[in-house]
Amino acid sequence: METIVFYVFSAFMVLSALMVITVNNPVRAAFFLVLTFFASAAIWLLLEAEFLAVILIIVYVGAVMVLFLFVVMMLDINIAELKAGFVKNLPLAVLVALAMFGTILFVVVGGDQFGIDNFAPPARHAADYSNISELGQLLYTEYVYSFEIAAVILLVGIIAAISLTLRRRPNTRHQKVEEQVAVKSEDRLRVVKLEPHARKEERK
Amino acid sequence: MLDLILSIYAIPVINILVKIVAILVPLLLTVAYFTYIERKVIGYMQARIGPNRVGPRGWLQPIADAMKLMFKEIIFPSGANKVLFIIAPTLAIATALAAWAVIPFGAEMVLADINVALLYILAMTSVGVYGVILAGWASNSKYAMMSTLRTAAQVVSYEIAMGFALVGVVMAARSLNIGEIVMGQSGSGIWGWYMWPLLPLFVIYFVSGVAETNRAPFDVAEGESEIVAGFHVEYSGILFAIFFLAEYANMILISILAALLFMGGWLSPFEGISFLGLGSSFLAASSIIWLLAKTAIFMFLFLWFRATFPRYRYDQIMRLGWKVFIPVTIVWIYVVGIMYYAELAPWFVKG
Repeated sequence: METIVFYVFSAFMVLSALMVITVNNPVRAAFFLVLTFFASAAIWLLLEAEFLAVILIIVYVGAVMVLFLFVVMMLDINIAELKAGFVKNLPLAVLVALAMFGTILFVVVGGDQFGIDNFAPPARHAADYSNISELGQLLYTEYVYSFEIAAVILLVGIIAAISLTLRRRPNTRHQKVEEQVAVKSEDRLRVVKLEPHARKEERK
Repeated sequence: MLDLILSIYAIPVINILVKIVAILVPLLLTVAYFTYIERKVIGYMQARIGPNRVGPRGWLQPIADAMKLMFKEIIFPSGANKVLFIIAPTLAIATALAAWAVIPFGAEMVLADINVALLYILAMTSVGVYGVILAGWASNSKYAMMSTLRTAAQVVSYEIAMGFALVGVVMAARSLNIGEIVMGQSGSGIWGWYMWPLLPLFVIYFVSGVAETNRAPFDVAEGESEIVAGFHVEYSGILFAIFFLAEYANMILISILAALLFMGGWLSPFEGISFLGLGSSFLAASSIIWLLAKTAIFMFLFLWFRATFPRYRYDQIMRLGWKVFIPVTIVWIYVVGIMYYAELAPWFVKG
């Protein structure tokens, strides 16, 4: 049963990954990438890594790919232009692809340190085993420094991205929301006492 | 052999299917009558009567609406991507309903009692935005496209605030399992609920929930005055009805989550309170009725908001999400940490 599930999702993953690079329309390619993430999340679930599987969906499917689509939908991509150098660049592309495939193959099957044979299959856990608490224990004790360094690197990345795109333009006349929020009725509304007209006098 | 296969696969599968039906049928009925109640409540708030033609006092209005939508023609806009055009509402309703799998309705009443329940719900709601994005893109319409971009930005922004608000709950309960979060609030009645120590997070959670479901006052995604009807402007008939269903199912989901995470779920507010002997009366028993009553409060709030507030301007939405909610949640997460180490009773006492 589990093997069937594994092969179904693996087939899904490989097929949709293939579609990502062969489909013409960039938006469709992005959607196939979403499908690939889903399939890999399912395979992680089979590995009893439910935390990582759900995080994969939240972070990549829920946030990264949404922003990706955001950008791709706004672009006006000319497919004919993109395909112009296809034949010319083909030999180089094939070479790079073969090199990458060879490396992956070496990691999976060959070598002294690598290969499936060198690693024991993951142990089965009981139903009450919690992947999250295990992960938390490791992250905050054994790997706490690497965890913190990763956090700092991310923070630096955020600051760099913001400072790269921040343009101060003091001349633009944009709305100052703080002032709008802080406004009170006395600032906008002036109640004027008017003396009533002496109408009867005028009529005479 | 056949018996073995039956006992291993068929019986649990049938068991699960029955449970799914037991959740979905009441849910869809609630959605149908939620639309009726919405029209009635907003009607009364605006000194109107609301629907009163179909059936006694208009009770059959949602049935009539459903029949009408089912028999209407589905129109595909020219240049639309037909496959994605149909997948979009399917995706919206699938994720909206799938999230209900991990919602507990009582101490033992839960379909899938998983460890990452809260994260699973976040994942499902974040995937739900694809329904909107696909719909906008596949429609080949400017208005739908504008709405898609607005929705994508809004949902991604408010997801962060919502996630941080839930971090506070997880810290207090020390679990991601919703059943355990509810049980963490037991023992001292209404004072044991997480809404007291996590009050700012509670407010932020619910307001972000309103923004996530694109409801008024955060409904720029379907701002009628600017972009007609937003992402579903090109949809008609049953496909539109499905979007409608998904939106209301999501509203009820946000409401029931607020009840479960911050207001003690199925626990009674009088549990363990000695005042007037309430703690030992029948009112102190925890039951699904309490959960549904609390959920109804939040569902009413959704309608109340819609009848009360004018629509936010787009830059105000972004400001509220990024400059107000996220800083407040981060500060309050530190406060929760301090309360945790102080073992503040009755919420943070380690069991």
